[in-house]
Amino acid sequence: MVTRALPSECPLEESGTRQMPRRSALRFLVGTVLGSVASLLYPIVRYLIPPAEASLSASEALAGTINELKPNSGKTFRFGNRPGLLVRLVTGEYTAMSAVCTHLGCTVQYRPEASQIWCACHNGCYDLNGRNVSGPPPRALDPYDVHVRGEEIYVSRKQVA
Amino acid sequence: MDAAARVQMWIDERLNLQELLAPLREKTVPVHRHSQWYFLGGLTLFLFTIQLCSGVLLLLYYRPSANEAFESVQNITNHVQFGWLVRSVHSWSANLMVFCAFAHMFSVAFARAYRKPRELTWMTGMFLLFLVLGFGFSGYLLPWNTRAYFATKVGTEVPGQLPVVGHWIMVIMRGGEDVTGATLTRFFALHVTILPALAIGMVMTHLLLVQKFGTSVPASVESEWQANPRLRKEIKFFPNFFLRELMGWYVVLAFLIALAAFLPWELGTKADPFAPAPAGIKPEWYFLAQFQTLRMIPAKIFHIDGEVLGILGFGLGGALWLALPFIETLLGTRGARYVRVGAVLALTYLASMSVIGYMAK
Repeated sequence: MVTRALPSECPLEESGTRQMPRRSALRFLVGTVLGSVASLLYPIVRYLIPPAEASLSASEALAGTINELKPNSGKTFRFGNRPGLLVRLVTGEYTAMSAVCTHLGCTVQYRPEASQIWCACHNGCYDLNGRNVSGPPPRALDPYDVHVRGEEIYVSRKQVA
Repeated sequence: MDAAARVQMWIDERLNLQELLAPLREKTVPVHRHSQWYFLGGLTLFLFTIQLCSGVLLLLYYRPSANEAFESVQNITNHVQFGWLVRSVHSWSANLMVFCAFAHMFSVAFARAYRKPRELTWMTGMFLLFLVLGFGFSGYLLPWNTRAYFATKVGTEVPGQLPVVGHWIMVIMRGGEDVTGATLTRFFALHVTILPALAIGMVMTHLLLVQKFGTSVPASVESEWQANPRLRKEIKFFPNFFLRELMGWYVVLAFLIALAAFLPWELGTKADPFAPAPAGIKPEWYFLAQFQTLRMIPAKIFHIDGEVLGILGFGLGGALWLALPFIETLLGTRGARYVRVGAVLALTYLASMSVIGYMAK
């Protein structure tokens, strides 16, 4: 009776084909799986990052008209995709600045009774130059330049001298 | 044999349900002078199921876009039959759920029910609390009203203050540099798909762990029972405890419907991204303590922006609280006392800051 050797009894060298040792096979498998997981995650992570918006950071915006504001009052206006604040001082002059509070990004307002700029969210106060004077804001509001052309009031980013 | 029994036998033959339900039949709940605190977890779960049901109903009419969201909620409140009730129930039940979750957490902390082997039960419970707060934060924006708009602006600016990764986290949360309709769709997706999926999975894990370890008995009661075993008293979970819990649910349901009917949830005014934040704007009561801290913290502390320190402080506090069982073990024999003092301080801080925030103009 002819008995056949079981596969486990066959020496690897005699099988004629080169076999991969267990350790490198495992390494290859783990590498492949990790690689495919990464290649799946990459597009998902990129998908979560929103595409860059069309630049709406305007350099100039129409803030209002000269008859709109009484002395000692203020209004917010659209400056690009952020709000801006236009204030008519008691003297009748205009001043403008960003209306985005430097603390946590709420929209500030002019308070006529205190002649101050105030953020309702966390009680931050700025003076009429936009300087942070009390409360949590860490920095001044970005200042804007005001140009009156005829009836209309335009505001632009402050030119750094 | 009647039809019901035949159906039960048919199912049992295939699924062997009786064997699966056996542990539940043997489950008991200890009875002692602090037993009333055992109802809070179940109550939170009950309110969560109310949230799922009322949320599904709101989905039928709600439209998640900056131009339509406010009007669609207005439509639900003013035109859809009983729409005002469904929306009001959803808002009130959310608040009651947050309250019950906090009360449950503090009762577990004071009873030191997180002790070995229940560390993971505590941690899954804390993850559930974070998810509940996430539900509150994301759901708050969905009506797209003024309060919600500024709450979201501040709430997403907060992680934006973190060094290095902050800005990216903020942009991913907002779907851009600012809070816009893109933020609304993101929060909507989070609120109605991602968070419910995570929460249901986490609730299952939490319940499985509760089932595995049984109900914890406070250390003081346990030592009394060990000294005098005749004092030990337990009731069966099914039906004795379950029926008591059911009565609690019924009372809370009545309370909830009364709140929703007599104090319908306000909608406010539609958000205008270019209008100033209105005076007296405040977040929901469960974020008041953080809000008041950010209001009171100075602009600069040792040359570091105050709000960055505040935010890192909240993160550290949350992480320490999550690791409570391990901290108690690390502190050794005095651990229990320190944890109790810490829990009292945390509760005092949260409560007093919330009251100050509520009173502030």
